[in-house]
Amino acid sequence: MSPDLLSNLALFVLALLVGFEVISKIPATLHTPMMSGANSIHGVVLVGAVLIAGIADSLLGYLLVFVAAAFAAMNVVGGYVVTDRMLGMFRAKPKPAAAAAPEGTDR
Amino acid sequence: MTTLPWLDTLVRLVYLVAAVGFVLGLHLMRSPATARKGNLLSAAGMAAAIAATAILLYAGDAEHSGDVVAWATLALVLGTLVGSVGGFVSARRVQMTAMPQLVSLFNAVGGGAAAVVAFVEFLRVGDAVTAGFAIPVGLDVIIGSVTFSGSLVAAGKLQGWVSGAPITFAGSRLATAVSAVVALGGAAWIVVDSSLWLLVVVTVASLAFGILMVLPIGGADMPVVISLLNAFTGLAVAMAGFVVDNQIMIIAGALVGASGAILTQQMAEAMNRSVLAIMVGGFGTGDAVAGDAAVGAAAEVRRTDADDVAIQLAYASKVIIVPGYGLAAAQAQRECGELGQLLTDRGITVYYAVHPVAGRMPGHMNVLLAEADVPYTQLKEMDEVNPEFDTCDVALVVGANDVTNPAARRPGNAISGMPILDVDRARSIVVIKRSLGHGYAGLDNELYGAPATSMLFADAKKGLGQILAAVKAYAG
Repeated sequence: MSPDLLSNLALFVLALLVGFEVISKIPATLHTPMMSGANSIHGVVLVGAVLIAGIADSLLGYLLVFVAAAFAAMNVVGGYVVTDRMLGMFRAKPKPAAAAAPEGTDR
Repeated sequence: MTTLPWLDTLVRLVYLVAAVGFVLGLHLMRSPATARKGNLLSAAGMAAAIAATAILLYAGDAEHSGDVVAWATLALVLGTLVGSVGGFVSARRVQMTAMPQLVSLFNAVGGGAAAVVAFVEFLRVGDAVTAGFAIPVGLDVIIGSVTFSGSLVAAGKLQGWVSGAPITFAGSRLATAVSAVVALGGAAWIVVDSSLWLLVVVTVASLAFGILMVLPIGGADMPVVISLLNAFTGLAVAMAGFVVDNQIMIIAGALVGASGAILTQQMAEAMNRSVLAIMVGGFGTGDAVAGDAAVGAAAEVRRTDADDVAIQLAYASKVIIVPGYGLAAAQAQRECGELGQLLTDRGITVYYAVHPVAGRMPGHMNVLLAEADVPYTQLKEMDEVNPEFDTCDVALVVGANDVTNPAARRPGNAISGMPILDVDRARSIVVIKRSLGHGYAGLDNELYGAPATSMLFADAKKGLGQILAAVKAYAG
């Protein structure tokens, strides 16, 4: 194995371990946003789409670049936007109007 | 084209910053209070990594030397534009109940993109294939293609375009096995003979395998399937990182792979089944089948009505609501949130006991309730809420079944050992359910026959609506 491949392999394994460590401490309440957040992180494949644009030199190549870029951009943009939207719904207190109601009284 | 070593160094440093952003972003997701900030941090890291890569490409790339063809630039820009708009619009418009489908769709396109990246790089390298290159290419194409077709089928099942019931046909197992063997065998052969047609065969076989793998899995197992496909996408992206020798793709892909793997394991544990048993599939229920099939053999249960439940709730000091799959299926989260709010306003302590597999993807029920304005401080996880049932006046079970069955504490049945909510310890238990039908595990729920339990036979939305009206009338 080449030194490059070896150091990439080391990165891969260490990142896996960090992933296990970080994720296992996330509460179940946030599992859906966390999953959707992780989902947007794999949108990093857009970096790959940019890189292959540098080597494409045939019609097939261009088509594949287009497909990869469209797929990856959808993944990364949609993923972050929807995660943010979801997390915006998690509030510690009910809406102000409702919270203003007197506590413990019959209305 | 000139190569600029300092630019290469700079890009690698940006990648490092991005990787830190991803990890810290996930770290901040430990609490609802900081989670949104975490997501933004992760997004900023992502934007930096993509921008740095684009600059590297156009200002001079040491490894992919040669000027970028204008057509390739056009394809890249157009593709990014189309994808961004598509992603943005679907993310803004999606209903929270449809979240699992969207995540599934994003898994599909992410996996698909990873496979395409390997394809293009493979085209470039041509005959000069080494094992260190062929192995990641093969794995990338296999995992990416399986994720692509499998996630699309999963999304179709969740959306109702494909039947949620397990689909099998004569010889389907054989077909699954054959497609797996062809995909793996073909990929192994690429190390020896790097022909393009071989990679095409691997792709087709993997796509077929993805479809055949998800079709026989029942709708109720979808939380596990989506987690698993999420992990697959991460691994595919990491493999693509090996193929194009890009470190940020390797790191990010591995992070996601690890997160998906953990969730998959947790979900399977909470359902008391092994991941393997779920993937082998063939049983498990579809959406509508659960619960309606059979009315229990004239079990001795106590019936109640909305007025009685309302009086119980109004005079309680602690109420725990147990929402399950039936609540999501009936779209009753609004009514549920409103009832909780009404009781909270009366000074009653209200908790929601959320079992890990409630909903259609991990943690889905929490999002649905958050959307219905339930404050996250009232959303309690299983371990946190179980001690609370001892001091709870009324436990209101809405559309949850097996996860409340005390039979799980005894050995010798289908759900033995499954972690459950200790609903039976509450002073009074009210179950809203359409019938006495069985849940997913096909067992009688002993909770329903317990002396403290009364049943309100209604659809979740209707039943909660009636209770809500009755509490309002009662509280005047």
